[in-house]
Amino acid sequence: MTLTPVTPYHYLVLSAALFSIGVVGVMVRRNIIIILMSIELMLNAVNINLAAFSYQLHNAVGQVFAIFIIAVAAAEAAVGLGIILAFFRNKETLNVDDMNTMRW
Amino acid sequence: MLESIVFYTLAALIIGFGVLVVTTRNTVHCVLFLVANFLCVAMVYVLLAAEFLAIIQILVYAGGIVVLYLFVVMLVNLQRPPDASSGRRRQSSAGFALAAVMLAEISAILVFSAARPASAAASVAAPTQPAMGNTQVVGMMLYSDYLVPFEVASMLLLVAMVGAIILARKEA
Repeated sequence: MTLTPVTPYHYLVLSAALFSIGVVGVMVRRNIIIILMSIELMLNAVNINLAAFSYQLHNAVGQVFAIFIIAVAAAEAAVGLGIILAFFRNKETLNVDDMNTMRW
Repeated sequence: MLESIVFYTLAALIIGFGVLVVTTRNTVHCVLFLVANFLCVAMVYVLLAAEFLAIIQILVYAGGIVVLYLFVVMLVNLQRPPDASSGRRRQSSAGFALAAVMLAEISAILVFSAARPASAAASVAAPTQPAMGNTQVVGMMLYSDYLVPFEVASMLLLVAMVGAIILARKEA
C-alpha cells in the first residue's frame, strides 16, 4: 500500500474540515461554553493553515501571525468566560436562546 | 512514507476529537476532548517544522485556556443542561445546512485553486531560509519587523485581563 506524499492541500483540507466542525458546533449547540470551545476549534483550523503556508513558502511570517492569533484567542477566552460568569450570576442559565434581553 | 502515516493518523485524531467536542453532552468531557484536540494540533505543527508554535500551543492552549474553561465549567454548576430545551430540531437542521454550505464553499475554493498551476508570485516569494533554529527565526521576526503588532497584542492581553477581572467580580 502506497500513500500519496503529504502536500499543502492535505493540510488545507484538514483545516477546512476542522473549521466546518467548529461551524457546526456554533450553529447547533445551545450551551454557550461549548459554542466558545467551537470558536477555539475554528481558530486552530486557521492556525494550521498559516503554519502550512509558512512551511510551503519557507517563510516564518505565518508562524508569527499564528502566535498573534493565539494571543487574541487567549484574550477572547478570558473576556468571554468573564461575560458567561456575570450572565450566569444574573440569569442562572447557559442557554443562548435565553440570552435575548438586548435583542431588538 | 512515514510522514504520510503520521499525518493521516493525526488528521483522523484531530477530526475525531473535534467531532467529540461538538457532540458530547457532558461539558467536562468536552473540555477534556478539547485538550486532546489541541495536543494533536501541536503535533501537526511539529510536522510542519514549526516547533516554537507547537510549544506555544501546548503552553497557552492546553495549559492556560483549557484550565480557564474547566474553572468556568466547574463554577457554573448546571442543574438542567441547556440542550434539553424544546424546539431545537429545526434550528439544528438549519445549522447543519449552513455548515454544509460553508464546507462546500471552502472545498470549491480548494478544488479551483488546485486546478490552476501555482502562481508566479508564490514561487518567487520563497527566499532561502537562513540557517538558524525555528525559534530564533520567529523571535528575530517578532522583535524586528513585527514589533508594533507585538506591543499591540500585549496591550490587548492587558486590557482583556482587566476586563475579565471587572466582568467576573462579585459586586458589579
